[in-house]
Formats: sequence, C-alpha cells, structure tokens
Amino acid sequence: MAGWDVERAVGVLMAAEADRRDLEPITDEWPDLDLATAYAVQDEVLRRKVAAGERVVGVKLGLTSRAKQQRMGVDSPLTGWLTDAMVLPTGAPVPQDELIHPRAEPEIAFVLGRPLAGPGVTAATAMAAVDRVYGGLEIIDSRYRDFRFTLPDVVADNASSARFVLGAMGLPPDRLDLALEAVLVEVGGAIVDSATGAAVQGHPAEALALAANDLGRRGLRLEAGWLVLTGGMTDAVPVSPGAKVAAHFTSLGSVTVSGG
Amino acid sequence: MDAVSQAEAAAALLEAYTTRVPIEPLRDTYPDLTLADSYEIQLLQMRRRVADGARVLGHKVGLTSPVMQKQMGVDQPDYGHLLDDMFFLEHLPVPTAAYLQPRIEPEVAFVLRRPLRGPGVTVAEAIAAVDFVLPALEIIDSRIRDWKIGILDTIADNASSGGVVLGSRPTPLSAVDLRLAGCVLHRGGDVVGTGAGGAVLGSPITSLVWLANTVGERGVALEAGHVVLPGSVTASVPVAPGDAFTATFAGLGSVTARFSEETS
Repeated sequence: MAGWDVERAVGVLMAAEADRRDLEPITDEWPDLDLATAYAVQDEVLRRKVAAGERVVGVKLGLTSRAKQQRMGVDSPLTGWLTDAMVLPTGAPVPQDELIHPRAEPEIAFVLGRPLAGPGVTAATAMAAVDRVYGGLEIIDSRYRDFRFTLPDVVADNASSARFVLGAMGLPPDRLDLALEAVLVEVGGAIVDSATGAAVQGHPAEALALAANDLGRRGLRLEAGWLVLTGGMTDAVPVSPGAKVAAHFTSLGSVTVSGG
Repeated sequence: MDAVSQAEAAAALLEAYTTRVPIEPLRDTYPDLTLADSYEIQLLQMRRRVADGARVLGHKVGLTSPVMQKQMGVDQPDYGHLLDDMFFLEHLPVPTAAYLQPRIEPEVAFVLRRPLRGPGVTVAEAIAAVDFVLPALEIIDSRIRDWKIGILDTIADNASSGGVVLGSRPTPLSAVDLRLAGCVLHRGGDVVGTGAGGAVLGSPITSLVWLANTVGERGVALEAGHVVLPGSVTASVPVAPGDAFTATFAGLGSVTARFSEETS
C-alpha cells in the first residue's frame, strides 16, 4: 500500500497516544511492515520523546510467556523502551484520562549494577550484572483497538508500554530462587491468577539475556542503573475506573494499583 | 431423580472404569439430576468399591481455582474419595492404559495427624490437625465423554479423580507459607504450568476446612493418616503415554510422576 513509511507510522502512533484514540493495526494497510522497520518506528518515537525532555530509564520485554507467544503465533519476545514519564508513583491511581484501555500484569524487574552488551549474553552472565530485583505491576495500554495487532504492529507501538509501578523492596538476586518466585494476582480482593518466574522464558534471567542480545544486534546495550521489566507472569487484567489490582510476591512484597 | 436411576448411573460410571469407554454426560441422560443426586451416585460407587475390598485413604477437593469455577458456573468446590488403588509410587510407571483421558495437576497434599470432624472446623483446628505436607501430582480423569462435564457430572464421577503420586519429603506446615509458595510443573524439560498455593481458594488450608465441614454435614470425618488433596495450583495438563512430569514447590521439594508407554 502506497503512502506508509516510518515517518507516517510514528506520527499516527504518537497522535493516538496523545489523543487516547485507538487504531486499526498499521499492518492492515501496510502489510509489508517488517520487524526491522517496526523497531525503527519504535526508536524514532523514543528519539522524539527524548528530544521533548523524557529520559530513558530502561527496557521492557513483551510476549515472554509461551501462552502469549502461542496466541500471537510468534516464537520470540520483543522489547520496548521505558522512560521516566512512565513511572507511576506508589499509591497513585492509573491515569484513566491519559490512557485508552489500561491493563495490569505482574512482573519481576531487574535494576542493573553494570552494563550488559549482547550478543553472547547468557542467563548466568546476565544475572551477574543485576544489582536488585523488584516485584512490579506493568500497566500496558495498546494503541490498537481491542489489543488486536500483529508482531510488527506491537513492536512499532513500543510493546504496548504505558506505565509501571515497582514494589518498595529491592532484593539482591543471590537470595532469590526466581523460577519459584510466585505471584498471586488479586482483583477487588479475589485471587484471579497465579504464576511463578518460570512462566517468563523459563526464568526471568533468560528474558534479561534475551533483551541484552536483542539490543546488541541493533548496536545498543543495557546500561548500568537501567530497569528491565522481564515480561508478564500471568495474563494482563483490565484496570478500569474503580478497579483495584494487587500483586503479592513470595519474597518481593506486594504492589497495588487502583483504576482511580 | 429416583433411587433406581441413581443406581443405574452409578453402575454405568463404574463400568466405564473397566471398559474404558466413557459415558455421555449424566445431565443429558437425567435432566432432573440434582447436586444431592450426584453425591449419592458418587457414594453408591464408593460403597460398591469398599464392599469389594477397597479402602478409603483420603479425599480430594476439586473446582478450587477461579478459572475452573467460572468454567463450571459455580462458586464452590466439590470433593471426591481417594481409594487405596489410586496411590502410585514416584518413579514407578503409572499405568497410563488404566485411564480414559488422564490429565495431571500439581498439589500440596495434607496428611492428617488427627481426625477432623465438621461442621464447625476452624482454620486453627485444621492447621493443628495437619501432621505434614507433601508435594503431590494428582491424576484426574473423566468417565464422561471428552471431559464434557458440568458440576453435577464431575461430582457423580468421584470429582474426576484418577490417582495420586506423593513426594517423600514431609514438611511441617509451620515451615512454609503455602499461600505464596511457588510451584513449577515440568513435562520433560518444558515448563507446562506455574502457580502459587493461593490459587487454591486463596490458601490450600481453606480447602481443607471446606472439605472437613462439607463431609461433616454428612456425618463423615477426615481420619488420622488420611491424605487430602486440596486442589490444583496450576491449570491441568493432558497426559500422554511415556510422559514424565515433575512438580517443584518452593520450600517443599519436588515429586515426579512417570507414565507407562503402553496405550491399551
């Protein structure tokens, strides 16, 4: 289809986010959009946000669970950028007036003590770069209607990133068995789901290595002090107005968000 | 539903164990089936088995996860009986061919040190009655075609019980936070399920209390030495001949169930 390029996709996605307007998948009209071009869209949106004053604080992984990969018909996760504008302060409600259809998913998050440059990063070398481990809730918000998208669509949309909130307690990684670190997801006081870190690529460290290697292939690296959200452990749950979503972790404490 | 129909349904289910040919959903055959009928059909089968020499060694609780309850359109669990021939040893092959359409679920098994008599059993009493917990893999199976079950079908069919493999390392309840204890289910090297103890009615202890009080209303006690399977921590996973499953629980260790290759 004539008329689509990185520039236009960047404009459409940024406008959708700013105006809280959901889109049909870009690939409906631009079926040739490939992953490399989709990442170029993602990077250009970031460049413009940074030029406008936002600061990169880390990366997130998406589609790290086998269940989600099967649903999407893909066999590999994706990455997106996290900026300081996405930090949701503890106790603050999810800003409904800034988001389209927010959903929350529990995640294990890493803060890096030193840089990680792929390719060639393994789960073991990745863990050696981790300074602290947090439990968190990521608020995702696809700019596509009903979260309907193909892999290039969601990559261009910065992996549906919107907001995130971390638990108050960061623990050193050598004290945790992250494959067995569990989370209970509670909505309005009722347990709706549970999982462990093994749901994320077998172990969250595998997801971290994957992020480092993915960035490495694009000539980028994970920096010291960056945060890495390793991917949803369970399915995401809607955070509509009035909703209260809590994630209770085995060792990493509890995190709660409200829908305002 | 009259007693003759109850006996007929019980006989059909018992026969399915032997023929390994599943029957049609009971609610199709008996549209006036009630919850009380279903438990009576279950009990008729258990009495028959016990009369033939089987021993009741415990109970299982089913429909304990929010997903399963939503699927069945119910807001409470159900229970079934564990008979002596349903217990298999770790690492010895479970006879796959004995089952119709087996699935597996990781659970935290309670072993009781003293009886629990409901109604009126509290969380405190239930905790005091638990001797220790074991990691466990429950084999569930359905004598109803294609698992086309509603709550009334599964209750009549002994809560879709099949068998159980218990791990061998006991842990006292005081040594583990069952609610937040993680569990990973592996088939071979693949992660096929993860979850936390709290997926079972908020805590597996809640399930034990519910069971004691529910069977208590029928004048039945949970006995010392009995095993209680409180419900699955993950979604159930289908079993194929030759499969090996390992469930690893934070703080409890692991248990492995190996299934025999033969299919008939």
